[in-house]
Amino acid sequence: MSSKTLHSDPKHTLKRSLWSGVLFGIGLAAFIDETIFHQLLRWHHFYDQSTTDIGLISDGLFHAFSWFATIGGLFLLADLKRRYGLSSKQWWGGVLLGAGSFQLYDGIIQHKLMRLHQIRYVENVIPYDLVWNLSAVVMIAAGLFLLKRTSKKGAPSDA
Amino acid sequence: MHEAHADGSGLLFDLTLSFPFLLAIGLYIGAGFVSNRSPHLQKWPTWRYVCWSIGVLCAGLAVIGPLADQARIDFRAHMMGHLLLGMLAPLLLVLAAPVTLVLRTLPVSAAKKLTFLLKSTYVRVISHPISASILNIGGLWVLYTTDLYHMMHQSLWIHVLVHVHVFLAGYLFTMAMIYTEPVAHRYSYLYRAIVFIIALAGHGILSKYLYASPPEGVSQRQAEAGSMLMYYGGDAIDAVLIFILCLQWYKATQPDKSIPASQ
Repeated sequence: MSSKTLHSDPKHTLKRSLWSGVLFGIGLAAFIDETIFHQLLRWHHFYDQSTTDIGLISDGLFHAFSWFATIGGLFLLADLKRRYGLSSKQWWGGVLLGAGSFQLYDGIIQHKLMRLHQIRYVENVIPYDLVWNLSAVVMIAAGLFLLKRTSKKGAPSDA
Repeated sequence: MHEAHADGSGLLFDLTLSFPFLLAIGLYIGAGFVSNRSPHLQKWPTWRYVCWSIGVLCAGLAVIGPLADQARIDFRAHMMGHLLLGMLAPLLLVLAAPVTLVLRTLPVSAAKKLTFLLKSTYVRVISHPISASILNIGGLWVLYTTDLYHMMHQSLWIHVLVHVHVFLAGYLFTMAMIYTEPVAHRYSYLYRAIVFIIALAGHGILSKYLYASPPEGVSQRQAEAGSMLMYYGGDAIDAVLIFILCLQWYKATQPDKSIPASQ
């Protein structure tokens, strides 16, 4: 949200669509994590005694950032729409990339290295970890695939 | 304060204490009506009276009556009061733009003096987004991670001072993040967004820290419930703040449709 002109050039538009998507994707993944895994299923614990200090700080910063990104990303989307400059493929690519990256960071760094909390408190958590992280990789791959296809075409689609 | 409630004169005490809050509502409404009489001014919007009145009510509920009584022995009630006094009341009061209202009600010479005061170095320093965040979130860290929380329940003066600080720091923080008044020293949206995220993180980290290490005199069970209330309640009110900040940002960057397209 910076330029005063109505239309921005296509390259700029693509980049902004991507960033809006990435921000919203990060926010969406964090939001789903919070509502489904913390609140509804109650698999994740609010706090785990094994949490490291750095884990607590990392969690706090990511949570705050993603909370802002969910709302900010949607306002960026609205801004692109009013400028007729939204590339929806680029946006969805960004959403998948952002959500997947957050999920992978959460699954590997926060759950495993910083020991924030586990996905579920069961005897064998490995299947849960595998599904969690593989789904993250699939999202990243799908996102990158979409982004590659859009950047080849070069212009925003009007879908 | 403790004694006043014990011997049954609590009602009288509460009534006396609620006087300044009622006065604040009365003065605001009065100022709105007086300034409306001025022919060159637009009518002061009704929603602002509503914001102000509910905001004052929220602050009042936190310090007078059953919630305030319960807060002395129950950490969850304390946290509820804190959310009302330090977050929701400031948000509603800032939206009511009281400084703007005072400026349009006062005679020009007095209004000029007030503007001069608002431009002072002191106001500039404390209303800087970073110092406002430190006063607000840093103050909470001091309150809950030192003996202060325990001391607050021993001394009436510390009790009053802590509550005044929580309210003022919350107001200052909200004012420094969303500009609803003629603020002299403005910072960019991106700058405020970054500071806001760090302050929000500081609030969240403190909530989780309290879950595991309660302040002195607070049971583990109460600390757990209180810290979760602080975490999720804070998120809910901050979501409104983020929404308003982004909305102002969105409006400020409205593309000018009269300028021909660059492509």
